[in-house]
Amino acid sequence: MDSLSTRVSIKPYARPPQGSQPPSLYEPYRATVKRAPLKPLVVLPHTLSEITGPIFGHDKVAENDHDLTCQHQGEPIGERIIVSGRVLDSNGRPVPNALIEIWQANSAGRYRHTKDQHPAPLDPNFTGAGRTLTDEQGAYRFISIKPGAYPWFNHYNAWRPAHIHFSVFGTAFISRLVTQMYFPGDPLFDYDPIFQSIPEERARQRLISKFDLETTRPQWAKGFKFDIVLRGPEATPFET
Amino acid sequence: MKRDTDLVPTPSQTAGPFFAIELTTDEHCVKCVAGPQAGGERAWITFRVLDGDGVPVNDAMLEIWQADSNGKYNHPDDMQPKKLDPGWRGFGRVATGEDGTCVLETIRPGCVGPGTQQAPHLTIAVFARGMLKPLYTRVYFTGDAANDEDSILGLVPPERRETLLARPDPGRPGYWFFDVRLQGDRETVFFDV
Repeated sequence: MDSLSTRVSIKPYARPPQGSQPPSLYEPYRATVKRAPLKPLVVLPHTLSEITGPIFGHDKVAENDHDLTCQHQGEPIGERIIVSGRVLDSNGRPVPNALIEIWQANSAGRYRHTKDQHPAPLDPNFTGAGRTLTDEQGAYRFISIKPGAYPWFNHYNAWRPAHIHFSVFGTAFISRLVTQMYFPGDPLFDYDPIFQSIPEERARQRLISKFDLETTRPQWAKGFKFDIVLRGPEATPFET
Repeated sequence: MKRDTDLVPTPSQTAGPFFAIELTTDEHCVKCVAGPQAGGERAWITFRVLDGDGVPVNDAMLEIWQADSNGKYNHPDDMQPKKLDPGWRGFGRVATGEDGTCVLETIRPGCVGPGTQQAPHLTIAVFARGMLKPLYTRVYFTGDAANDEDSILGLVPPERRETLLARPDPGRPGYWFFDVRLQGDRETVFFDV
């Protein structure tokens, strides 16, 4: 090895354990059938291109972007919620300045999107989109209203459990995560192929937020906790 | 401190059909990776996303990550002794339209080290309804002399390498085409990262 490559060696990122992530092809979720690759993926040894990624600053986030209840003249209809948690890497280190973007349906289960044909009312006071950056401890917080469940066309009488979409940037382009946060005790979990696509029960449970009395504000809003773990560099036994 | 069992990465879920209300609004799309001051040869890449039936995917999002014209990434872990182009971020985000296409304006990146140089390339992550996790691929440039020595292209079966090569538009210098075929005979090479 020459001196340059010694000095700038690449530290690979850990790969998620088997069963902890959904496969690309999961037939019960019908839209995967024509959109999943069928040829083998080429295993990529990590290079600088994988272990680096975009860094965002406060220029990307306005003061009230984290509060989905105050983006219009009036308040949106629905059950007020405070969703908070931490973003950590798989070594347990907080991920500061991680850009989190969320989007969701309104309390009636309708998205403010031209292609959402569910005949439920739109709420003039709710867009359903927000963003924030994690602080130095990796902590984040959103204020919103609880989204409603909604029907879709995957199979007869298909309903999605209530969820909030999360998009998160970590320290590397390959630690990028787009996921969905669910609410505890939803009766639709057993019938939802998107939730069920994750092979391991324990992994599925990681997507269910927990009711949290501590962050619940009396007479105002219920608190839910949702911690997020992103892929981090491979841990070495010598690391301190 | 969290227990180790809790430190398994959070599972991915599909971005679904409605991400455009946040991720790809006019304000949040990044159709131009390289600002007007960025050095290097300007490139306009028309991406087209197709499903296993060859049907255009009209609800996909592509995210792009790339180095500047010197092959330097704007990231603290890039320790290459190169100077970063001032103002360079290197991130792009585009959404496909009804015909399954979208255009990205950027510059051709430089070769990326350290050690053995990688040929100029863009890293792409594809998100869409019907995709439970993103697919990662790379865009290389047809005719680039460095392609032959690129160790990642060398891992790809020779008959599939062309799926990773952007094709120049013969009539328009600087314009390129890149098809993302999610499935089928000419399926794009995707990487297990």
